[in-house]
Amino acid sequence: MSDNAKIRIENATKIFNVYIREDEETAGKKKKVRHVRKSKLSAVKDVTLTVQKGEVVLVIGPSGSGKSTLLRCINRLENLTSGEIWVDDMCVTDPKVDIRRVREEVGMVFQSFNLFPHITALKNIALAPVVVKGMEKTLANERARGLLKRVGLADKENSYPTQLSGGQQQRVAIARALAMDPHVMLFDEPTSALDPEMIKEVLDVMLALADEGMTMFVVSHEMGFAKAAAKRVIFMDEGEIVEEGPPEKLFNNPDKERTQKFLKHILK
Amino acid sequence: MSEKIPTSDGTLIPEKKSRDIFSAWKIAFFGAIGLLIFLPIYSPDPFARILLFIPDGILRTFQVTILSILLALVIGLVAGLGRISRIRIINRISTVYVEVIRGIPLLVQIFYIYYALGRIVKIPDIASAIIAMAVCYGAYLAEIIRAGIQSVPKGQMEAALALGLSRRKAMRYIILPQTIKITLPPIGNEFIALLKDSSLVSILAVSDLLRRGREFASRTFEYFETLTIVALVYLVLTLFFSWLVGRMEERLNRDVR
Repeated sequence: MSDNAKIRIENATKIFNVYIREDEETAGKKKKVRHVRKSKLSAVKDVTLTVQKGEVVLVIGPSGSGKSTLLRCINRLENLTSGEIWVDDMCVTDPKVDIRRVREEVGMVFQSFNLFPHITALKNIALAPVVVKGMEKTLANERARGLLKRVGLADKENSYPTQLSGGQQQRVAIARALAMDPHVMLFDEPTSALDPEMIKEVLDVMLALADEGMTMFVVSHEMGFAKAAAKRVIFMDEGEIVEEGPPEKLFNNPDKERTQKFLKHILK
Repeated sequence: MSEKIPTSDGTLIPEKKSRDIFSAWKIAFFGAIGLLIFLPIYSPDPFARILLFIPDGILRTFQVTILSILLALVIGLVAGLGRISRIRIINRISTVYVEVIRGIPLLVQIFYIYYALGRIVKIPDIASAIIAMAVCYGAYLAEIIRAGIQSVPKGQMEAALALGLSRRKAMRYIILPQTIKITLPPIGNEFIALLKDSSLVSILAVSDLLRRGREFASRTFEYFETLTIVALVYLVLTLFFSWLVGRMEERLNRDVR
């Protein structure tokens, strides 16, 4: 455990209760009997990993492999079933921890942007610093303008989210997360809902962020981004870490057969 | 890239065409106004006297309606938030309130508060009318507000929490402002329904529009003429408010789009 660890995940396990409805046909009769079966689904199984300060880690894996769930446990949008997660010296999984302090430290970007549709781009960015940190409104607006400029949207401050393209929305969402001065950024498939043309503008912003030394934990399949910025790529499947390594190694000659199969699919 | 693909956009769910609705609205509204002007001129004897007799009642109807809806909105917001509360006891109390009140006719509730509770605490007639209507409509509004809050996508709360907002602040700054837009049309409808139902309070000796009309008619026995005027005044009022609600809806749409 070095002092440089930003995120420490130890033996993280997340089990969901799922309710499966089964329509069962009783023999000979047409009448259907409806059962609701309760079962458990392990989304994340005993995952241990550390993200160093300034490191960019990319998590890949097929859908349902638990990568998003793992990410959402870091700022406790989901609760772990067992195991521990630390951000800096704060134990996220401790019920007594002030989770809001953790969330101020950890910015998050969602697949579906989740911008607030009732306020302008500028206010989307300035809201949290004012409401959470009690920052002066004028100062927050000024900083929000600076952030909009940084993501290349200086002229969009008065636009409402629905007036922006997907790529623009996602860039505003990144600026919104940055407005809280986080030390860690989580990205949950930030480009999956975007047209190919818009992916680049979002990745450029993310690359710039990585260059500035931001600690980033990214769930994404963007190989280009991985090669340019990521130090480490983690391949997850069925809730477990199958393999991890530097992007060149993992993409070009992975050790495990499961990884090879998956990469063959997405590289096609 | 910019080549147009011939598609019909938006025919699956046709948008409310303001022109069609407006023309129907126009016929009713201006028809009613026209009658209200024409009748007293045509036959001033009962109609003009009726029109001079009832304005007090209009004011009282307004007073009861507006105070009731304001109080109902407060009750509805509290109970609506209670219905989605994670604290079980608050959730239960709100649910019981909504279910009980929605299951009892408003007229019975008005009687109950004035006569039955009146034996324990004496409540003035206007106050008990307002309380009864606010308690009743509060239950309906609670359901509208609950549904409105729950229709805000889950990601909005997640994004707010991820930024470090508390649940309470996320509600106040993110969820409720979006709820207003969604719930405005149904709340407007409830307001109009309440305006009409306020005629029920005339049984409590509250001199509202209907009661003023009945007072006049019981003296002159001109029931047909009086109630025609009363009905027309109610119609003009409700149509005016439905227009107002429509305008507010349009405005909000323009902002949020």
